[in-house]
Amino acid sequence: MDPLKRVEQELKKCVKCGACRANCPAFSAFQREPAVARGKVALAQHILKGDIGLDDQTYLNMSKCLLCGSCVEKCPNEVPTDEIVIAAREALAEQRGLTTFHQAVGRVIKNRKMMTFGALAASILGPLFFRKVPQTSGLRLRFPLPFIGNTRHIPGIARKPFLDRHPEVIPGEPGKPRIVFFVGCMTNFVYTEIGEAALALFRHLGCTVIIPKDQQCCGLPGMSGGDLQTVRELAERNLAALERHQADYVMTACATCGGALHKFYPAVVGRRNPELAARLKAIAEKTVDAAQLLHQLGLHPEETGAGEALRVTYHDPCHLRTRAITRQPRELLTATPGVELAEMEGADRCCGLGGTFNVYHYGSSMAINEAKSRAIMASGASVVATGCPGCMMQLSDGLKQHGQKTRVMHTLELLARRLRR
Amino acid sequence: MIDARIIDKLKEIVGPDNVAAEIQDLLCYGYDATQMEFLPDAVVHPADTAEVAAVMKLANQERFPVFPRGAGSGFSGGALPKGGGIVLVTTRLNRILRIDTENLIAEVEPGVVTEQFQQEVEKLGLFYPPDPASLKFSTLGGNVAENAGGPRCVKYGVTRDFVMGLEVVLPTGEIIRTGGETYKGVVGYDLTRLLCGSEGTLGVITKIIFKLLPYPEAKKTMLTIFDSIDGAAKAVSTIIGNKIIPTTLEFMDHATLQCVDRRFKMGLPASARAVLLIEVDGDRELIERQAARIQELVKPLGLVECKVAKDAAESDALWKVRRLVSPSLRDVNPDKYNEDIVVPRSKVPDVIRRIEKIQQKYDIPIVNFGHAGDGNIHVNVMIDKEVAGQQEKAHEAIREVFQAALDLGGTMSGEHGVGLSKAPYIPLELSPVQIATMQAVKRALDPNNILNPGKMFPVGSTT
Repeated sequence: MDPLKRVEQELKKCVKCGACRANCPAFSAFQREPAVARGKVALAQHILKGDIGLDDQTYLNMSKCLLCGSCVEKCPNEVPTDEIVIAAREALAEQRGLTTFHQAVGRVIKNRKMMTFGALAASILGPLFFRKVPQTSGLRLRFPLPFIGNTRHIPGIARKPFLDRHPEVIPGEPGKPRIVFFVGCMTNFVYTEIGEAALALFRHLGCTVIIPKDQQCCGLPGMSGGDLQTVRELAERNLAALERHQADYVMTACATCGGALHKFYPAVVGRRNPELAARLKAIAEKTVDAAQLLHQLGLHPEETGAGEALRVTYHDPCHLRTRAITRQPRELLTATPGVELAEMEGADRCCGLGGTFNVYHYGSSMAINEAKSRAIMASGASVVATGCPGCMMQLSDGLKQHGQKTRVMHTLELLARRLRR
Repeated sequence: MIDARIIDKLKEIVGPDNVAAEIQDLLCYGYDATQMEFLPDAVVHPADTAEVAAVMKLANQERFPVFPRGAGSGFSGGALPKGGGIVLVTTRLNRILRIDTENLIAEVEPGVVTEQFQQEVEKLGLFYPPDPASLKFSTLGGNVAENAGGPRCVKYGVTRDFVMGLEVVLPTGEIIRTGGETYKGVVGYDLTRLLCGSEGTLGVITKIIFKLLPYPEAKKTMLTIFDSIDGAAKAVSTIIGNKIIPTTLEFMDHATLQCVDRRFKMGLPASARAVLLIEVDGDRELIERQAARIQELVKPLGLVECKVAKDAAESDALWKVRRLVSPSLRDVNPDKYNEDIVVPRSKVPDVIRRIEKIQQKYDIPIVNFGHAGDGNIHVNVMIDKEVAGQQEKAHEAIREVFQAALDLGGTMSGEHGVGLSKAPYIPLELSPVQIATMQAVKRALDPNNILNPGKMFPVGSTT
């Protein structure tokens, strides 16, 4: 109840106009009012009034949200439904305890050593349990187990995490920007090529890149389960790691991590911990997305040399779109010789992953993804570029299930591959 | 009122997954944009006409009320389950059945979202003009039931003007078709027109046949800024008096401009007292001539500035002024009553002046904007519900606003409908005989008063 009390004033802003129905991916999948922002706000209001409790039904309804922020973006009264849902999930977790799954998530994301060890084990053992699929798909393994879904594709795990591959400080040219790189778990353990691409690009521009060794998971997987204690702990540890270095920018190449540092830390952790608020805000103000920064520092088109002619389409990750980072990645792509950008229909619509939403509501998650896969296919592109490893995983899964060979790539990867060295 | 036995019967009709009786589902289908709330006993999600008809038959047998609901975005409470009963949701009836490019018609189910329909017909070079502000989420069934309007009505007319025929489940469960696919047709009473705007009290719409137009070749947007409300109002009558009918003539008064500027810094000149957003569409050469002529006509009317969009992006930027109105109103006061009176075009300045007096009398901020081209003004009475006595004062002020509109030859609603929120005021506009006539129609079609009871007619009157 308490966490909801904190957002009580925000709840009053909702006038129940229904504008949130227009863009909500959860509503598109469930087609029922409790799944849309307006419904969740109403339920939160009734919880505060004591009309309903924090029961199974509330848990189920509050789980039907991908925290994509589309409702917040389009709401005429700027109701922060994502923060309201997080508060409701926190209240549920406080009263009912975390689910076993989210307990495990919390334990894992708080413990990098365990993650590294687990990743190593998975990289060795994974191929024994899963069916291999071609490397180029962005996904390397396929669940053969009937209870997980025989068709579901997941990426393989890197043998050596990104953070263990490089020194903490990679010096650049004097007078050039100093960048602290917040790597994120997906890049560290799964899509290490995104990290390598970021390094190549920013070193090319003469920047000093700092990769704090003690950085942790951003905590968003915990947040989506209402485990705010874990998020707070990780936020504090990340703050310390990021503050250790003098830098012009804190950079992320993962839209979700960027969303955590730029928005959710101040909004969600800061709201609960006033003593951290100013420090969180300072980091948030420095936080930039890698594509945004490349664009700002002026990566010249001629520097990315011509490779094969490519028709590329771009998918907007929710956590970049809600920060209005939509133009920069597109302009970087179109400026690349040989690249033709073919816009897909609904490029700005959620891919359906929504963090742990994909685990709890896999069917609905893939139903949301269906429109995305179709739009990508209709664009005629052979590559879909995006700025979020989570989206990459989801897009690959969807396309693979359609038997498509479309490659899914991070924007940085595409640019780095064409870099004239 | 509805027991487990009836719930089971409903489940038999639409399938168990499509009946909800959990408290949380009920809470989520008891509100709309009026901020009123009532709890239904159950929510049903039928998939086709036959299921709707079976639900209505059961309702008549068992005598429970049925409240049809689209997106629940109405401003008058038309879909609210006051008194309990079942909410019948049309979300699953969401197919565009056909778009006939030869005859320029389309047939749709009621749950199709308005903008989706527009986009689909536009892909074929066709045009469905009605554009209520809620078009991105409201449904076509709701638009027809409430006879929705929008900015383009000046030139093209309201939803009703595009409805050629309907398939309707009557309150007793029989299915009828009204109108048809021909542009002409004079056989029998015009039930189509009766049902458009009937607010879900006479039948549940299950299919709609719409008339379509060719998509206009081009459009041109202008933002004209005036130093007085009279200048802006005179501009409207001058443009139309000179036989130019723009697509859109949107109006914002001084209070509205202040709201928008305070929050979004639009950089409007200090002398701006009223703004008209004007759009013309059609043949490329014709609209250039019309735009030039409009600028000429409005110049002597206290014009401070005229911004003309050169391309779609600039047009969007001009429309932004209008779109920002809603989000900026909250800075005045947290709660609002959004009324939508209509007066003859030439009476717009008179009604605005009367509203200014009402505002002073009750000491409540009132912000006016809307569709000046058809005299449809959105009167926003801004209050703080937590301040004691403000709600009561607002109701008094609203009554006087309605009276002002009626005195000037207007009406109390142009596009929101009567529903629950305006029902108490309906005797201001309609005579007892008019109301009795309408109630006779209602009784003839719905002898057991099953469908959307308690709406439209004055509280306490028998239907």
